[in-house]
Amino acid sequence: MDLSATDLNARLIELNAGYARAIDDGNFEAWPEFFLEDCLYKLTSADNHAAGMEAGVMYADSRNMLRDRISALRVANIYERQRYRHIVGLPAVLSIEGASARSEVPFIVVRIMRDGTMALFATGRYLDRVEVDGDGALRFRERIAVCDSNRFDTLVAIPI
Amino acid sequence: MNATDQHAVWPEGMVSGAPYWAYQDDATYKMEQKRIFEGAVWNYVCLEADVAKPGDYRTTFVGEMPVMVVRGEDGEIYAFENRCAHRGALIALDDGGSGARDFQCVYHAWTYDLKGNLKGIAFEEGSNGQGGMPKDFCKEKHGPRKLYTATLCGLVFASLSDEVPPIEEYLGEAILARIERVLCKPIRVIGRFTQALPNNWKLYAENVKDTYHASLLHLFFGTFRITRLTQGGGVLLSDDGGHHASYTIDAPGDAKSDEYAKQGIRSESKGYRLADPSLLDSVDEFGDRIQLQILTVFPGFVLQQINNALAVRQILPKGIGRMELNWTYFGFEDDTPEMRKRRLKQANLVGPAGFVSMEDGCVGGFVQRGVATASDEFSVMQMGGDATQTDTTRATEASVRGFWKAYRSHMGI
Repeated sequence: MDLSATDLNARLIELNAGYARAIDDGNFEAWPEFFLEDCLYKLTSADNHAAGMEAGVMYADSRNMLRDRISALRVANIYERQRYRHIVGLPAVLSIEGASARSEVPFIVVRIMRDGTMALFATGRYLDRVEVDGDGALRFRERIAVCDSNRFDTLVAIPI
Repeated sequence: MNATDQHAVWPEGMVSGAPYWAYQDDATYKMEQKRIFEGAVWNYVCLEADVAKPGDYRTTFVGEMPVMVVRGEDGEIYAFENRCAHRGALIALDDGGSGARDFQCVYHAWTYDLKGNLKGIAFEEGSNGQGGMPKDFCKEKHGPRKLYTATLCGLVFASLSDEVPPIEEYLGEAILARIERVLCKPIRVIGRFTQALPNNWKLYAENVKDTYHASLLHLFFGTFRITRLTQGGGVLLSDDGGHHASYTIDAPGDAKSDEYAKQGIRSESKGYRLADPSLLDSVDEFGDRIQLQILTVFPGFVLQQINNALAVRQILPKGIGRMELNWTYFGFEDDTPEMRKRRLKQANLVGPAGFVSMEDGCVGGFVQRGVATASDEFSVMQMGGDATQTDTTRATEASVRGFWKAYRSHMGI
């Protein structure tokens, strides 16, 4: 499907809204489904991104790795009960090449701890490449979450 | 609380535990800066690669002391306090840079050479014959404090003490060999992250030396057979107890062991398998079947090899109940594309979101909060008895005891 023929902006808004809602509702199992089977998700910082550093705080190059992230979160990793509130800004379409588009969208994430402590946990931008999947849904081929700060408080349990 | 409080006296004869005031006491914290970080120790400050060429510099900390590390025109590495001799402002404000010929304080433009020597004072002669510095002001007598530097396998260490032994002697042969084992060729940095931890720095120092907790707190480890206490391995300690290296050896037959299930330990979770096992597709890159090695250099350096995830960590105190952990992930310059990819995947195991290390970010805070009103109480570190020696089991707290032995020796308490 040629993306330029579709209302890409509206579809990006829908994709981002669904993504944020899945994480913030604790519906983590839905999170990998926003990605294509063969994908890249990376959580990094602006300094690392600017310096061309390849490693991330999280790094997954398949949807199954994203699923593993969630099963580890559910059954293996220990962390205090917490949740996020994502506020995702408006997507900017950077380029469209046939069935693939590049876009960027800013985010802020507030973390709410079990004792009620709310703190600004991360701000940044998602650098995305989206494509239409076989079932007609728009999904991420690539989502690089570039946090503005290089400092992460305590731990990053839930993906951003 | 101050040092004269009854709390701040080490309980007589205590070697297998630590009093909780040690994580809470303001006077103790201040004393640590003088006696430990500014004492006869080698503090890790940066990688040699960070200051590869003359004029390259980085800013970091020795304890809480802001420090600059600079490659001089003569190719030597210099370190000095990042503090202007005039009124105390930071000399350099960035994380680092390159091509510096000198450094100028922004406040009143006092200038330093790459070795930290005060070279220029703005309006030293005054203006129109008036003002200016006294004629007898001697620039050589004023300057930021200078540190000794030592390099080892691409690591740069700094010390304020003229009593600290040479770095090789400081580490001892056994620990030195374990550093050389990993840092055996030119490295390439692939990422840097900072993790802010809600606990006293010593709680992390203990945690990273604690071989006992690894497979109990970190389920990911146990389930995927990355390390289990029933696996081959051990812990090496330096003579003073301050440095350690723990390691596990790959043992294919170990999967059959049911010790964990027998003890009813949570970290035994049957049937949990990765959907994408390429995460654990590791290679024996050092050719010695050592799967995991965690090494510390007193007071605040960690070198980590978890499969093919390599990193150095710098522990920096940021107040009594706060610290920062600076992670530098690296590979080698001669890594193949496959190895590069492998390291990127395995970096998921470590760092602030690490499958096997994220818990270390919060567990120190659990202790810090747990001991809130327990200054007079103390921890129990009796696994493996009282010894602070090299051992072939990791079901021991020997290296944690070793940390406190070295700590008390430096602190004189």
